[in-house]
Amino acid sequence: MKIFGIKIPMMASLIFWAILWEIVGQLELSILLPPFSHIIIRLVEIVPTKMFMDAFLVTAQCFLAGIAIAITLGIPIGVLMGRSIVIDRMLLPWVNMFLSAPLTALVPVLMTLFGFGMKTIILTTVLFAIWIIVLDARAGVKNITPSLIDMAKSFQASYWQAFTKVYVWAALPEILAGMRLGCIRAVKGVIIGQLLVSVVGFGRLFELYSSNFLMEHMWALLFVLFFFAFILAEGLGLLERKFEYYAAERH
Amino acid sequence: MSTTAEAVSTATSPIAVEVEQVSKIYPGGVEALHDMTIQFPKGQLTSLLGPSGCGKTTLLKIIAGLLPLTTGRVTVNGVEVTGPGEERAFVFQDFALMPWASVLRNAAFGLELRGVPKSERNAIAEKYIEAVGLKGYENLYPHELSGGMRQRVGLARALAVDADVLLMDEPFSAVDEQTRRKFQEDLLDVIKEEGKTFIFVTHSIEEAVYVSHSIALLLPRPSRVSEIIRPDIDRSISPDAIRRDPVYLDIVERIWQGLRSYVE
Repeated sequence: MKIFGIKIPMMASLIFWAILWEIVGQLELSILLPPFSHIIIRLVEIVPTKMFMDAFLVTAQCFLAGIAIAITLGIPIGVLMGRSIVIDRMLLPWVNMFLSAPLTALVPVLMTLFGFGMKTIILTTVLFAIWIIVLDARAGVKNITPSLIDMAKSFQASYWQAFTKVYVWAALPEILAGMRLGCIRAVKGVIIGQLLVSVVGFGRLFELYSSNFLMEHMWALLFVLFFFAFILAEGLGLLERKFEYYAAERH
Repeated sequence: MSTTAEAVSTATSPIAVEVEQVSKIYPGGVEALHDMTIQFPKGQLTSLLGPSGCGKTTLLKIIAGLLPLTTGRVTVNGVEVTGPGEERAFVFQDFALMPWASVLRNAAFGLELRGVPKSERNAIAEKYIEAVGLKGYENLYPHELSGGMRQRVGLARALAVDADVLLMDEPFSAVDEQTRRKFQEDLLDVIKEEGKTFIFVTHSIEEAVYVSHSIALLLPRPSRVSEIIRPDIDRSISPDAIRRDPVYLDIVERIWQGLRSYVE
């Protein structure tokens, strides 16, 4: 973008919004909207505290465990669905249902089954992330050029060889897209899980800050979470683009 | 006339592939092949030539074991075909290369699937990459190659597994004209050196006459072998001389006259 012949970098609009926020905040219109600078100061203050780091570690553990489970289960299920009509017919309605279902409503059920600990949060993360990973892996496998499948067959690839040496790689652009979307959903899952469980991790912090009307803390925490979610999605997007050259090659 | 239309079975060479009364009905009732019988002599290139819809690719895929037949029998070296086998290798119309793998790995892939150790299979693949004229390109990726070069990789991969029978499904149809001519000339060298049986599907009359020992002319509705033509061309002369040879031109013309009523 160019204004008066000066090139404006992509993120420059954020500075504009930050200044606007600062002005509105300084006017003290609402307790909900403290000045931007105060939030930044609070952010620098709370991030190094032990309470924050503990919450961050718990969240990171739940997120990583959840996304790892979602990926290791989701990709093989998706590939199987893409290759077998029977399995596809059996599972597709469920996958589609869970993809669009309001999963938040399931968390209380998980809580009664698995308690108020990390198990419930990890499961919530898996539930949020897995369906899009399954669907994208399935779409990727369905998109494989038929001749590539014939090629594997004609050189007598075993099912395992075809899976690990051809199908997964041929579907990689879609699988990576699914993993990226899965990660974004997993962030939602891990936070919603914690908010509802509300005795561990960031959930506990949110509970603490909101019940004490600590809006600066609250916003600082939100900034940190938004920032990490954004970095995660961008990083995966970057990885995805590295493989895009052959997504176009296949057809 | 120096061309003889005779059954391939009366030729002197032993038979590599035998197709006996094969019919293929696709799910949905479309009959792609009807009671087809044809024999492919060892060490020769036989083309399956015909208009679209005559079932030539279907027949090739049945011989490859990639498609099940409905009735009949296909034998390769006397053994009945029940699926893909080590003695057959396939060259695909759209190359079927793996975009994520280098030329070397693509060419060695058939051997990789058979569990040949890496250094051994790479050495074999390198030899055939050189044989198809791609020496120096081993570490490039398919998207960095032209269509003609990609098909050379496909050919190297099929040669590397050392199958007796090479099945080629319109291998040059996705390659531009100049490259195709050069490739056809190189293919003649490969056939001479390798001594393998080639079954070659094409819809180009010129191509079939130029590369084949015999041409099976397939006609549609019902799909059948209408004629077997053995182009009696002196291949010791230069490629350009062959393309101007009256015998060559006569056969091309004769096949065209036979096929023209099926076009449109």
